[in-house]
Amino acid sequence: MGEQCVAEHNGDKPEGASSPEERPKWDNKTQYLLTCIGFAVGVGNVWRFPYLCQIYGGGAFLIPYLIALVFEGLPLLYLELAIGQRLRLGSIGVWNSISPYLGGVGVSSMVVSFLVCVFYNTLLAWVLWYFFQSFQNPLPWSQCPVNENLTGYIEECVKSTPVNYFWYRETLNISPDIEINGSLHWWIIVCLGTAWLVVYICFIRGIETIGKAVYVTATFPYLVLTIFLIRALTLPGATDGLLYLFTPKWELLQNPQMWLDASTQIFFSLSVAFGGLIAFSSYNPLHNDCQQDAVVVGCVNSATSLYASIPIFAILGFKATSNYNSCLDSNILALTNAFEIGDQNITHTNYEDWLTYLNKTDPDTVFKLDLTECDLQDFLDQSASGTGLAFIVFTEAVISMPGSQVWAVLFFIMLFSLGLSSMFGNLEGVLTPLLDLHMVPKWMPREVFTALICIVCFLMGLIFAMGSGNYWLEIFNTYVGSVPFLIIALFELFGIIFFYGTERFCKEIEFMTGKRPNLFWKVCWMCISPLLLLVVFLAYIIVQVQTTPTYPAWNPDYEHFPKTEIQPYPGWVFAICILLATVPVLPIPFVALYRLAQNITTTKQPANDTALKASVNKAYVPDVDMDLQRKL
Amino acid sequence: MFSLLLLLLSLPPALALECSKDHQDGYQVRLSIKTALGDQAYDWNESELFLFKATIAFAMRKYTKNETYDVSNIVVCNETPRVSFWFIVVNPENPTLAITKTRVEEAVRVSRNRINNAFLLTDKTLEFLGIPPTLATPVTPATPPWLIVFGVVIGAVCAGIVALLISSFVRGKRANKAKEFAEEDDQAKGADKGISGETFEDRNGVYNQAFSDDDRFTQL
Repeated sequence: MGEQCVAEHNGDKPEGASSPEERPKWDNKTQYLLTCIGFAVGVGNVWRFPYLCQIYGGGAFLIPYLIALVFEGLPLLYLELAIGQRLRLGSIGVWNSISPYLGGVGVSSMVVSFLVCVFYNTLLAWVLWYFFQSFQNPLPWSQCPVNENLTGYIEECVKSTPVNYFWYRETLNISPDIEINGSLHWWIIVCLGTAWLVVYICFIRGIETIGKAVYVTATFPYLVLTIFLIRALTLPGATDGLLYLFTPKWELLQNPQMWLDASTQIFFSLSVAFGGLIAFSSYNPLHNDCQQDAVVVGCVNSATSLYASIPIFAILGFKATSNYNSCLDSNILALTNAFEIGDQNITHTNYEDWLTYLNKTDPDTVFKLDLTECDLQDFLDQSASGTGLAFIVFTEAVISMPGSQVWAVLFFIMLFSLGLSSMFGNLEGVLTPLLDLHMVPKWMPREVFTALICIVCFLMGLIFAMGSGNYWLEIFNTYVGSVPFLIIALFELFGIIFFYGTERFCKEIEFMTGKRPNLFWKVCWMCISPLLLLVVFLAYIIVQVQTTPTYPAWNPDYEHFPKTEIQPYPGWVFAICILLATVPVLPIPFVALYRLAQNITTTKQPANDTALKASVNKAYVPDVDMDLQRKL
Repeated sequence: MFSLLLLLLSLPPALALECSKDHQDGYQVRLSIKTALGDQAYDWNESELFLFKATIAFAMRKYTKNETYDVSNIVVCNETPRVSFWFIVVNPENPTLAITKTRVEEAVRVSRNRINNAFLLTDKTLEFLGIPPTLATPVTPATPPWLIVFGVVIGAVCAGIVALLISSFVRGKRANKAKEFAEEDDQAKGADKGISGETFEDRNGVYNQAFSDDDRFTQL
């Protein structure tokens, strides 16, 4: 019954093969679930979610986040897993099957996945670099390097911090402007090459090797997070950080930006619209409970975000306390030296009393000292997300922990596994459609084709190994990794609602899983999720249009250095940004128009249209004699 | 007469160098013993000051190589409870002459490590204000350690890739051979018009080679 509902395109099957190639299969369900969870759980769970929690008042942020998960995230996830499992093809094949006009959605998915592959692996390259550097004592980012004539430390390092210097100068060797390209940095190229080799070895035999790799890459981060949790909770200042994180600020619920950020976070966190989830579920057996899978993957993803934010914030609280103590110490030293008070007579506890006393007796000297105000809240307020969190804030915290090398190594291995399991999904979203469309020449084995794709991505990723690489990565992250996905997801929902039909879709799911999706899912697919996505998309566009596009540049010659210089994007760079956001979604209208044009020309010759009809039995020729026999 | 004698006797001390704060040839020294040693901090007293004078005299001797400096040639003043004071080094032959600032600085820099260790302190906790610490030459190993880790990782990954590619290739060859064998078998059996009752299981899945799609054998 269900088989007839889907138009089986003969063009998608290999023609005239004597032994039909069986689609690869997962060894067991655990592999499949771990792969999907690994794809959804990425570095964003560790360095984006805690940041959002912090700026939107901790506990209060969970409300819009969970609402977005239930009404936007889970329905989309269920949709993708179901169509992949039913149609058993990659994203392009799947959308072609649903409607030829929607073929562009699959192509868009593939293009966006490809662009994300290119820049995402650069993050892994940086993580690898830090991982390699963590095997030194002392850690290279713990102290400033000495200048050439051994009289002091390098000025750029002294003005900012050793951690900042190591990131911006020794790792990125960043140029002060996006227009200044700088040269290619060999050490980044080496790390990028290593990252791509690791990705390749996991992809060599397709899901056979991915399925094995994912046992490690998807579970190891949880182990490390637990270790960090135990370690972090024993550090001084951890409770301050946790209280700061989880104290809800209910008044922020009225801020629409908070709802927007919660929805976008859920959406990007679940990695829908990449085509990777469709590809993974296409390797499933037909009668698999995809509803349960979707709920499991979605909930585990959100739970991981929450679980990760606890050690992150405990460690940030520790860092804030350390910074506060250092601030106090420097003030105490200044006072001790200026007033020739005995060493260690002023302690942290009696600092305030001493200060008031000294201010009363000799205010001028105190004023001349120019003491900085030490406030723990200020240090806790210093929030960071993204690469700033991992490579600046966290590395600084790790220096103060005893046994720094161990913690640094563990942290960077964790980040690498998180990123690697997400790369599996990204690259799968590129490979599976191409393999399904048989765009690979017959003589080229799958391994060679995969290597070819990896090499192309590596070469394109060399952009990010230049001096201005970090600026370009931010552009890719902001423009490629946002709007195109929202558009693709919207078209996915519209495709199912209008082209395929929700009722038909529910019947398919009943055929697969044995139970029909209940009213909640139907209502979500038909109105709530598209509405939410539309609102998010429009709000996102409006916010982007209102803000002038600028970027923070690291310029040592800037007058307010070490603060980053806020520079506007030059015209040609901004044009590239717009191109990056629009070109990936152009296939959607183009393919639709192309198919429309094809249809118009073929309606003039209806006899040739065999695509959607059952095959005509050419062997049967109505025999005149037989008719006569019947009449008799 | 007596008064004149008394005056003469008191003159040499008066002619000796006046140690004062901000003297042009003097240096301020600051010690932070409790910060450096915590519970094991020693008290600062006259004996410790004597040791300090001795180390400076040693530094001057080492630097000048022949002039015999003595503890009395190090003049100290302006001691504070911070444990900071000023000192001036005077010429052993002519106690009224101070040794120039630059010479003292160079002498201290040469023996800085010895002076620090005499007091169990470091450059930061035993400060000579105005004399920058000699930073240790950074230890640059022959191969940067990160390259070693990189070498290990990339060696393992490349070995894995080669192993997997070879095993894939071998697997493919074996499957091809089996397929050829099966096709020959099939052609041999096909002449019997089909119902051989045997199924040949291909390595890549269950494909019934004995069943042929070919219409030749199922014509009615």
